[in-house]
Amino acid sequence: MNIFVMLKQVPDTETKIKVTADKSNIEKNDIKWIINPYDEFAIEEALKTKERLKEGTVTAVTVGPDRTVEALRTAVAMGADNAIHVKTDDVVDTFQVAKALSEVLKKESAQIVFTGKQAIDDDQAATFGFVSELVDWPSASVIVKVEIAPDKKSLKAERDVEGGTRHIIEMPIPCVLAVDKGINTPRYASLPGIMKAKKKEIKVYSFADLGVTGGPTVKESDYQLPPERSAGKKITGDAATQVKELVRMLREEAKVI
Amino acid sequence: MSVFLVGEHKEGQLKRVTLEILGELLKQGTTPTVVLLGKGGMDSIAADIAKKGPTKVVCLENAALETYSTEGYANSLYAFLSKQGATAVVAGATSQGKDFMPRLAAKFQSGFAADCTEIKVVGDKVTVRRPVYAGKCTKAVEFLKSPAVFTVRPNVFPPAPDKGASAAVEKAAAEVGNIRAKIAQVIASTVKKVELTEADVIISGGRSLKNAENFKILQDCANVIGAAVGASRAAVDAGYAPHDMQVGQTGKTVSPKLYIACGISGAIQHLAGMRTSKVIVAINKDPEAPIFQKADYGIVGDLFEVVPLLTEELKKLKAQS
Repeated sequence: MNIFVMLKQVPDTETKIKVTADKSNIEKNDIKWIINPYDEFAIEEALKTKERLKEGTVTAVTVGPDRTVEALRTAVAMGADNAIHVKTDDVVDTFQVAKALSEVLKKESAQIVFTGKQAIDDDQAATFGFVSELVDWPSASVIVKVEIAPDKKSLKAERDVEGGTRHIIEMPIPCVLAVDKGINTPRYASLPGIMKAKKKEIKVYSFADLGVTGGPTVKESDYQLPPERSAGKKITGDAATQVKELVRMLREEAKVI
Repeated sequence: MSVFLVGEHKEGQLKRVTLEILGELLKQGTTPTVVLLGKGGMDSIAADIAKKGPTKVVCLENAALETYSTEGYANSLYAFLSKQGATAVVAGATSQGKDFMPRLAAKFQSGFAADCTEIKVVGDKVTVRRPVYAGKCTKAVEFLKSPAVFTVRPNVFPPAPDKGASAAVEKAAAEVGNIRAKIAQVIASTVKKVELTEADVIISGGRSLKNAENFKILQDCANVIGAAVGASRAAVDAGYAPHDMQVGQTGKTVSPKLYIACGISGAIQHLAGMRTSKVIVAINKDPEAPIFQKADYGIVGDLFEVVPLLTEELKKLKAQS
């Protein structure tokens, strides 16, 4: 089984976001970069899938500038067999990234493709959908469990929908699955894994190699920080008095209950 | 300008987010066509939204649309909309909308913007604003290709009211195409939960809850006012609450009218997920907890004492009204 993981490098969740002077993007100096947390679950699920099937290879792929190679090396250190870097220094949109990834998946004959349900920087949660359409495979998102059929020709994926309901979706392989937190617990990189990752040769593609032409489909601008909330009232008194006063204010002042 | 709003319905009821988007589009001077998908029998849902001011309502019907499928929705909408010369397609950023809209955008080879919180229509151009980094910042998105495809966050805009006049309702056969990923089984939730992203009131707990059983204290309070229960990452990682309850950058971003944070210190990644709540209440033992810096109302106290009192107080209020 040719298992793929599409991952993205994002700023750490503790990052305090600052906007550039021309408001065209966020300030990217002094950022600690990490693998998108949801993609870590995808890496783990890919490795687990290989272990369960007792065969196959796991390949991690990402699109981005040179720094994103670090994310690929982390994936290899965790246990991925191969890594592919689609190198671009330009700011690219969902369509361009998905186009590049879909070309890689076709070229490399990927079969099961895992990715996180969303990247925590752009929060679009769209790459899985774009990619699956561009390669013309079925997909499912917000997946919390995967079960591959014994003949390895199809799988069942459990999808978390609203209000605690779950759907079990059946689909043929090849397919794309966007996984949610809770599907597994990502492993840490082992020391031998880290040593192996340092020396691992990473395959590089450019947009030109993959035939990704044409500009972006959207123009993004005017990044703004939300207005800071200021501290409000602290309610004093004993607990009973505090609660009575809170309910009164929520009702009469804030009018929210 | 030819705008199509994909309406969402569940158990014979239109989702509120559909009316919210309709209301905002009308406010922007754009009258959309509403598209509903299903196996048929959507007459009362269509009649309901037809009263709220769209150009018309189109029901795309096919037996295969009895249950939701990514491909069934994306294929049917693409087949229909590409004949209509749509300049914009919008749906709610619900679990369905988030699932099929990217696929639809890719079919059009169009740009896409998810979870928008502002829509601006000038002439025949739509621009949107959307939060990124879980709301630590927002950005404007302009679409360079037609149609613009985007989803709108629930609970941001007021729903469209009745307009008196009723728009025409049409029916058409949906071209569902090849559906490969199919729902084989639905596992209903054992408890009827209010969806976090659509809730008016959320009561959230942090690690101070100490264990999973204690979340019942919050649930009891939530039940009184029909609120949803949320959790911080610390509480989820400690195993006190399932991940679908997590609010924050690696969980759900919410904007209820009222957010009550119980025993949550206010880590940057949690604040990112709930900062757009209209009113924030913090209940925490530690008077120095950062959450108090963002809260409209703060109670320094033990949640195990304060929350049950709050539940009782809300019950009294409920009994009066």
